[in-house]
Amino acid sequence: MTFRARHLLGIEHLAPEEIRTLLDLAETYVDLNRRTIKKTDVLAGMTQINMFFEASTRTQASFELAGKRLGADVMNMAVAQSSVKKGETLIDTALTLNAMHPDLLVVRHGNSGAVDLLAQKVNCAVLNAGDGRHEHPTQALLDALTIRRAKGRLHRLTVAICGDIAHSRVARSNLLLLGKMENRVRLIGPPTLMPSGVADLGCEVYEDMRAGLEGADVVMMLRLQKERMDGGFIPSEREYFHRYGLDAEKLAHARDDAIVMHPGPMNRGVEIDGTLADDINRSVIQEQVEMGVAVRMAAMELLARNLKAERGREAAGVMV
Amino acid sequence: MTVFLENARIIDPGGGTEALGNLVLDGGVIAAIGDMAAPKGAEVVDCGGKCVAPGIVDIGVKVGEPGERHKESFRSAGLAAAAGGVTTIIARPDTSPAIDTPETLEFVTRRAAEASPVRIRHMAALTKGRAGREMTEIGFLMDAGAMAFSDCDHVVSDNKVLSRALTYARAMGALVIGHPQDPGLSKGAAVTSGKFASLRGLPGVSPLAERMAFDRDMALVEMTGARYHADQVTCARTLPALERAKANGLDVTAGVSVHHVTLNEFDVGDYRTFFKLTPPLRPEDDRRAVAEALATGLIDILCSMHTPQDEESKRLPYEEAAAGAVALETFLPAALRLVHDGTLTLPQLFRAMALNPAKRLGLPQGRMAEGAPADLVLFDPDAPFVLDRFTMLRSKSKNTPFDGARMEGKVLATFVAGRRVFAAGEG
Repeated sequence: MTFRARHLLGIEHLAPEEIRTLLDLAETYVDLNRRTIKKTDVLAGMTQINMFFEASTRTQASFELAGKRLGADVMNMAVAQSSVKKGETLIDTALTLNAMHPDLLVVRHGNSGAVDLLAQKVNCAVLNAGDGRHEHPTQALLDALTIRRAKGRLHRLTVAICGDIAHSRVARSNLLLLGKMENRVRLIGPPTLMPSGVADLGCEVYEDMRAGLEGADVVMMLRLQKERMDGGFIPSEREYFHRYGLDAEKLAHARDDAIVMHPGPMNRGVEIDGTLADDINRSVIQEQVEMGVAVRMAAMELLARNLKAERGREAAGVMV
Repeated sequence: MTVFLENARIIDPGGGTEALGNLVLDGGVIAAIGDMAAPKGAEVVDCGGKCVAPGIVDIGVKVGEPGERHKESFRSAGLAAAAGGVTTIIARPDTSPAIDTPETLEFVTRRAAEASPVRIRHMAALTKGRAGREMTEIGFLMDAGAMAFSDCDHVVSDNKVLSRALTYARAMGALVIGHPQDPGLSKGAAVTSGKFASLRGLPGVSPLAERMAFDRDMALVEMTGARYHADQVTCARTLPALERAKANGLDVTAGVSVHHVTLNEFDVGDYRTFFKLTPPLRPEDDRRAVAEALATGLIDILCSMHTPQDEESKRLPYEEAAAGAVALETFLPAALRLVHDGTLTLPQLFRAMALNPAKRLGLPQGRMAEGAPADLVLFDPDAPFVLDRFTMLRSKSKNTPFDGARMEGKVLATFVAGRRVFAAGEG
């Protein structure tokens, strides 16, 4: 078992072995979460603070539930409405929190790299719950667990990621994770929503959705991030749905047993046909949400373990 | 006071030569160069075979006066310049308020003269408030000593306004300094678009935004006949356009900042905001092409683009952090990297850092010749050190990308008008 990371800031710095360790541990939590009594004491006595600079419902709830099931004391800071509005800088907010001695800090922020910056200033373990367009590591991990359970493996699969790649941290983290686990990744979307130079990151880029879906084992749809658009990326939502929205006809180009994923929240009728999203034979969207709690429990347990070990070493050092 | 510099490796950017010899400084000028003996009563400085070159003439230094004196004052900038071998600062007008009237220009001229050990000359804004709507009083500002006219990184986007300003400037014989960067494409950009930008999830701008703006400026220069200098040409794909403009006989020169020829986009690493610059750092291919263009002379001028920022403006998420880096004191050792890696010879380097900028501005500095101003830098090009931004910089702001970097090249002494304004080891 290997997991060395001190923080979970992104997939970029994780080794394949660390990813495997985390997913294996998450499996045990999937079982636990299906029982009536779900509580463990892995994080008993530890404090978890959720700090969401960007509004979030599902990710925040998932982290909160994960922490509570592990026995941590969980606090939600509604930073978006408080100190930031009073002009406090990110670093000052971090230092203030640090003084309260949290053990796990879960952070979402609208700027790429903001969570990295914050992690440099605190003594606890930091989990990135999404930073700008950079990374959303727990989303990629829960997607990986969902794929592994549905397909029986997490390697040598063809995964098509479709939609608004440019604004998506989910796409970046998934691209990195699936690449590390030796899968074939295809990115599909209109060129205005495709980040430049992305083909050099080890994936194939398609502008034609049908061609891109050909033979895919996994079809991962992304949300059209209306809030990140200053306009002019696509002509209209109806034209977008016509060319890049997933419906039964386009899905027929993928393998017959291809699964359909979506990180949520969905824009039904914009990037995905509503009926398809609800089709329990193809869609694993609900399972993704379930895996989310398990993966976050696993991530927090591993980070807490490393944190305890590190503090133990420091204490021993002081004694000598 | 006569100063005799003996046993010096004399760098002559005009002749493209370097040779051992002696120098006599007298009456503020270089009185003699050769192998003569020390004149009677002269202060003798044994250079120990180290280099003596014309002092650096740095076009485009941001000093925080007026408006941001907590970031850099004329005093601190002047001390930093002296320690860095910069003998003439050409200060930028992107202050707060902008230097756009003869009155503000006279104010900063007086402040600078009182406070600085090195020469400080000033640019003025091309349009009032750098707002891109009405041209400044170019004639009055020239009378008050404006060296050139620039709105800096506020690109004048209205072609009619710019064409009129260029036409008027031509009539006055004024030099206009443009910032070739398409304002629409570069809006909000923090890095150069491409693989690195995509991996870091940062908004990027295509290198072609520079070429587009440069092409536009060249069309307007062709239309108006103005004298034009591009402050920073940083992309390989702008170079053919620059070459064409020069071949067509337009009165055009181009510069580049020392950071863009010594660093590349990957140096940003994990969101290191001290590497956030305007324009953003480029891919390695661009860096190399632009450095080579300095060697051929296609790019005329190397500058520091010294831009002081306090810690607060840099300790922010990358997109929100302020752009710019201090460079007066790291300019020479950073630029010497191009000599050590064989891209440039020392005379070529000082052609770009001293001779060409002085020529372009009509200043007598930058030459290694009898009768030229005795503005000189004595330095050891090979002396190694590791930069510590808190203990080694005189600038008020410490935002250097070279913190912790291994560098080679130390300034031993700096002379302005034959007077020593800096000596290593004397604080």
